[in-house]
Amino acid sequence: MGSLQLKSVRKSFGNVDVIKGIDLDVKDGEFVIFVGPSGCGKSTLLRIIAGLEDATSGSITIDGAEVVTVPPAKRGIAMVFQSYALYPHLTVKDNMGLGLKQAGAPKEEIEKRVAKASAMLSLEKYLSRRPAELSGGQRQRVAIGRAIVREPKLFLFDEPLSNLDAALRVNTRLEIARLHRDLKATMIYVTHDQVEAMTLADKIVVLDAGVIQQVGSPMELYNKPANLFVAGFIGSPAMNFIEASRVGVADAKTIGVRPEHLALSRDGGEWQGKVVHVEHLGADTIVYIESEKVGLFTVRLFGEHHYAVDDVVYATPAAGQTHRFDADGRAIR
Amino acid sequence: MSKARASLTRTSLVHLALISYAIISVFPVFLTLINSMKDRNAIFRNPMQLPSPKTFDLVGYYTVLGQGDFATYFQNSFIVTVAAIALVLLFGAMAAFALSEYRFRGNTLMGLYLAIGIMIPIRLGTVAILQGMVATGLVNTLTALILVYTAQGIPLAVFILSEFMRTVSDDLKNAGRIDGLSEYSIFFRLVLPLVRPAMATVAVFTMIPIWNDLWFPLILAPSEATKTVTLGSQIFIGQFVTNWNAVLAALSLAIFPVLVLYLVFSRQLIRGITSGAVK
Repeated sequence: MGSLQLKSVRKSFGNVDVIKGIDLDVKDGEFVIFVGPSGCGKSTLLRIIAGLEDATSGSITIDGAEVVTVPPAKRGIAMVFQSYALYPHLTVKDNMGLGLKQAGAPKEEIEKRVAKASAMLSLEKYLSRRPAELSGGQRQRVAIGRAIVREPKLFLFDEPLSNLDAALRVNTRLEIARLHRDLKATMIYVTHDQVEAMTLADKIVVLDAGVIQQVGSPMELYNKPANLFVAGFIGSPAMNFIEASRVGVADAKTIGVRPEHLALSRDGGEWQGKVVHVEHLGADTIVYIESEKVGLFTVRLFGEHHYAVDDVVYATPAAGQTHRFDADGRAIR
Repeated sequence: MSKARASLTRTSLVHLALISYAIISVFPVFLTLINSMKDRNAIFRNPMQLPSPKTFDLVGYYTVLGQGDFATYFQNSFIVTVAAIALVLLFGAMAAFALSEYRFRGNTLMGLYLAIGIMIPIRLGTVAILQGMVATGLVNTLTALILVYTAQGIPLAVFILSEFMRTVSDDLKNAGRIDGLSEYSIFFRLVLPLVRPAMATVAVFTMIPIWNDLWFPLILAPSEATKTVTLGSQIFIGQFVTNWNAVLAALSLAIFPVLVLYLVFSRQLIRGITSGAVK
């Protein structure tokens, strides 16, 4: 159905290099997520794949065909935008059918595909409404429906959940996951939210400053981050970084321990410190500790725990769960 | 400031200011209207008085309508104004779209060049325009006026519309591109409906100076067949004798078409269909 290859794709705006040489291979049916902080070039990269921006250099192939000079409508892609981008003057049905109509598909075919897509997204009731008469969640479903109707080789999602409230975001996330299973289509999804990335992706591409930092499955990124950036970006609360010299590790520059891999005790342990703040989340308790030996660090405890500010506590990293990084920030294995 | 907290004195003061300004603005129009319906003596003796049964006289209107040519003058004014507005909106919007949407070499320079037209009065070029019109044989045609007014209106149109077009969501245009709409369809079917209020603003600002202009009709199209209303009314103003009844009547009549056009556009000003397009 749809595979995608990027070869040394670069993009500059004037003197500013936004994308600094990206090589990526997306296999048919994969759900790939580009994740990174704002300004890392992830949306630009998606737009380049869609053909809405020209790459300064490099090659893009969809299903083995070079598409650099092909206009967006002919690339066999469909895109879902953060702001929905529905046509305000068209009904839901016409919004979904416009792409096919422009491509000259016969009327019955359009009807059939719109009916199928609206059934998948339970939008049948709203087909004759205009976007202004729909709620945010419904609008985003229409936008997704518009993409499905085109039956593209490649689905592109540009932060589709950012405008939705928290509850709706979870629902729509489930819906997108279900769509991916049902359609078995190749999907490329951009987000800055690592939870979305971890929950949806087959493969996550972590980008920073226009460069791919690491590509891997969610668990690979969590368990084996390739460098300091990925280690700090994936996981919440973020990984604790400690200067190796302070804890007596000689063969590394920095040591990383995830907050959930630290055990806390009042009686004794490796790092002594004072509690500076406690967050109770019900399922988790997050404790912030200031230690003379290692500085400020975070501990995530499961369930309810009662620590007060200024309590003296001891933290101990779980065996085999510490990450070591060299002077350039690369992980040492 | 929330509505609930506005005090009565404050609201009444605001309304007082607005009402007095409205009275000041409308007063000359009102004076023109009442005096157009009075006889000549009453106009001069009691210009502020409303027409009474004794002073009521429609002689001005009889004179104006009896002249016969005024229907043509109105028609000329109407054709020139409507055609010029249409061209200004079309070309202004297209230029504004190009300037706001596409990155090309000289984009900013082109924008500035077009904006200069707002600062330099077109009348400075009257002689050159007249020479050009003579050379192309367009003197005493409505085309000459339409061309000049289009040129006069485009800078402001480009300036206002390009600002508005920047606010149209890029995602919407990109969605159109992915759905296979041509750049022209994106412009006409997606962008123009969304900037309709701005188009109406531009139309109103373009329309009024054109309708009221005396300069270019006098210079470029003074023939009987191409006179506009403002120029046509001048025949009643003489060096020694002025037929005030007729002048006032002609001016009163000239208000109405422009009022109608204004109402048409101001409806568009209020109506907004952008809601729901993007969050």
